[in-house]
Amino acid sequence: MPHDGHNHDHDHTEPPSDVALRVKSLESLLIDKGLVDAAAIDALVDRYAHRVGPQNGKKVVARAWTDPEFKQRLLDDAREAVGEFDFKGRPGERLVAVENTPEVHNLVVCTLCSCYPWNVLGLPPVWYKSAPYRARAVSDPRGVLGEFGTELPDEVEVRVWDSTAEMRYLVLPERPAGTEGWSAEQLEQLITRNSMIGVEQAKSPADLEGGA
Amino acid sequence: MDNVHDMGGMQAFGPINPEPETEEPVFHAEWESRVFAMTLLSGFLRQWTNDMARHARESQNPVTYLRNTYYENWLAGLETLWVGSGRVTAEELAKGISSGKSDIQAVDADKALVSVKGAGGPVDPAAPVNAGLKVGDRVRVKTFHPMGHTRAPRYLRGREGVIDRIHGRHIFPDTHTVGHVEDYPLYSVRFEGEELWGPDGNQRSAVYADLWEPYLERP
Repeated sequence: MPHDGHNHDHDHTEPPSDVALRVKSLESLLIDKGLVDAAAIDALVDRYAHRVGPQNGKKVVARAWTDPEFKQRLLDDAREAVGEFDFKGRPGERLVAVENTPEVHNLVVCTLCSCYPWNVLGLPPVWYKSAPYRARAVSDPRGVLGEFGTELPDEVEVRVWDSTAEMRYLVLPERPAGTEGWSAEQLEQLITRNSMIGVEQAKSPADLEGGA
Repeated sequence: MDNVHDMGGMQAFGPINPEPETEEPVFHAEWESRVFAMTLLSGFLRQWTNDMARHARESQNPVTYLRNTYYENWLAGLETLWVGSGRVTAEELAKGISSGKSDIQAVDADKALVSVKGAGGPVDPAAPVNAGLKVGDRVRVKTFHPMGHTRAPRYLRGREGVIDRIHGRHIFPDTHTVGHVEDYPLYSVRFEGEELWGPDGNQRSAVYADLWEPYLERP
């Protein structure tokens, strides 16, 4: 590959400009050959930069917290259940929702690449695709959770879902205490992307007051 | 292929250092977004399968794979795939200059948006599963050392677990990489942390992985 050596750190935020040039060159080549359409590139970038993201998953979780029948449908067949929101995924992918309880905490990883439920969470954050997370989520899940500030009681079982096939996993976090009577819209404020990957728990009402 | 993309259980990569959720952009540079979209649009043309695309990224020299950023690996994979398909020559790629239009039609924006939202797909959820294993069965992941693509991670090979659920029949990646569409039962298998990592592993932890029937044997 025509790629010069660079010593990247793991943040990967400052790619060298030769990569940008290489991408421009490939893009103009594929467009000139009629293999890729420029407007289609813009449309896909717009969709994943602005229209699909954790806001989708937040709606799903908030409804599951407020509608027990929907929650059951979600746990039975998440792909069909999120179809009620028009959030169906890419062809071939199957969504599974895994529920956190006082006894079980779920965590999602893809040790082989970066599989992630795009239709409900958007594209994955850099850390989800990074070597440290992919390497240790399966072997040291409590250590990984600790790096996100999440401490679980010893008696809680941690279940790590390694997305090795076309199944995609969405964590259904526990509904925080002190939210009785809250509407789905209010509850959405407590749901974070990270809580739906399983590295954190949902925020508490106190976190909101503290501006966290 | 047994390469560094198969990271489960590796050590010494250092801390995760996540960017704060509310501050992280979807793309960290414009070129990343272009690579992302070009990869999807190229895939829609069905010149290769999703498993071939994974294999193209995974078969790089491991030093290159680790040194690259995520979307640099996608870029390298996309270049390899187009040249491998015969639709783009190595010379065109090197110069960035087309020597003539392709005879296949690019996917337009409307079709692209439908493709990413699409329902259905290559796996028929209504097909009988004919599973050779049932929930609760104890299984062992076979020991093998494939040169081609596989989705059986190294850290699970030779380890024993229990079938937790059956996901239906799914396309088998190991042969999909060479263009065959074969489907087999796919199982969620639960492995206890101690089985994978020994007594020093995290207490009260388990890994669930999705594994096709040909990866599994009875212990």
